[in-house]
Amino acid sequence: MSNILTSSIGKKILMSLAGLFLIIFLLVHLGINLSLIFTGSRETFNKAAHFMGTNVIIKVMEVVLFGGFLLHMFYGVLLQLQNWLARPKRYRIENYSQTSFFSKFMIHTAVIIGIFLVMHLFDFYLKAKFFGDVPLVIYDGKEYHDLGILVVEKFKLGGYAVFYIICLLIMSFHLLHGFQSAFQSLGLEHKTYTPLIKAIGIIYSVLVTAGFILIPVYVYFWM
Amino acid sequence: MDFTLKIWRQQNAAAKGRFETHKVAGISPDCSFLEMLDILNQQLIDKFEKPVCFDHDCREGICGACSLYINGRPHGPDSAVTACQLHMRKFKDGDTIVVEPWRARPFPVIKDLVVDRSGFDKIMAAGGYISVNTGGVPDANTIPVPRAHAETAMDAAACIGCGACVAACKNASAMLFVAAKVSQFAMLPQGKVETRERVLKMVAKMDELGFGNCTNTGACEAECPKQISISHIARLNREYLSAKIL
Repeated sequence: MSNILTSSIGKKILMSLAGLFLIIFLLVHLGINLSLIFTGSRETFNKAAHFMGTNVIIKVMEVVLFGGFLLHMFYGVLLQLQNWLARPKRYRIENYSQTSFFSKFMIHTAVIIGIFLVMHLFDFYLKAKFFGDVPLVIYDGKEYHDLGILVVEKFKLGGYAVFYIICLLIMSFHLLHGFQSAFQSLGLEHKTYTPLIKAIGIIYSVLVTAGFILIPVYVYFWM
Repeated sequence: MDFTLKIWRQQNAAAKGRFETHKVAGISPDCSFLEMLDILNQQLIDKFEKPVCFDHDCREGICGACSLYINGRPHGPDSAVTACQLHMRKFKDGDTIVVEPWRARPFPVIKDLVVDRSGFDKIMAAGGYISVNTGGVPDANTIPVPRAHAETAMDAAACIGCGACVAACKNASAMLFVAAKVSQFAMLPQGKVETRERVLKMVAKMDELGFGNCTNTGACEAECPKQISISHIARLNREYLSAKIL
């Protein structure tokens, strides 16, 4: 009998659940990031970052989040390896079948996002958490890490900003297929709602990416 | 019409295999693809060469035997037809046509363009049937079946098991085939009784045979000669999930 952790469908279900969780996380991340350019100062951003770093519930969610990332990556790689093995001899002429374009490049976009994620963690998260070489700032008599200035400094470097934007565009390619695909994997398919889910997926991918891209552009040109 | 054919030749499953180039001339545009191969084979036989082996049976698009991967697409450039229903008018005069067998680990090449698709039979044997006693033929309409369910079951049952879904899928996944077979039973009262065991057994067999995992690219749906929708794959996922957790 089929085991949910090892069967093809079971793996896809776990992967899509982790993916949907990461999709929600991105929204939270974007919300905090946007406060950096929409509130006129770094105070909200730094306070939010402090909250994310200290709140007990968030700390638990942090573990869940890393678990989600690892699960998504582990199953993604495993599924891809099995899929390559399922066709040991390739066609001379292939990829002429009509498919959703971005679905063909999920593993490729995933690898780039993975590399970006590691660099991103080193640039901000690990610096704030462990290395401590982040300037301090005082709001209402309380000390906070000034992570905002770290972001601004990074994005003032044109090369870094361009690299960041390219990585985000690649992430949007991943999301364009991933969002609707997660629902299909979970069996959530419906005559009326599936076109709606697909539309929301496109809107989400475009808006979230545009939101993230807005920050380096704003910082570079107007801050 | 004249064509240059690049055809996969392979002595047996263990042999290496290679492409061979042949020319055919004076082909009628109304000739089917298989008839064109027949003409080529007659040429080869006349020259005392070995004819190209390819699978075929009914030649009217309902048996699913003709498994040819033509110019990068299962069953060739026409849509919603099998290779036997593909006509040479779909090509341009002077075209080079590349013909390959289905390529998937669970579909080993037997010879030339013929592959062993008994993997599909093994999946069916694992659960693609009804074992409960359904009695004799009932009077019409004594078993209430909503029309929409009957239509969906019929759409799924249109699957001829040709393997184009596996051939088209970049992952060589058999999900569309299994989904169609699970759906045709899951939508009807006689089949519903054993849905749980059926879906678990058929998916387990599919995985065991080494088919790839579905990544929802939709290539199978695009190439299926019977236009079976990937909404059946969503139903398979749903049936699997409910069989596992309920």
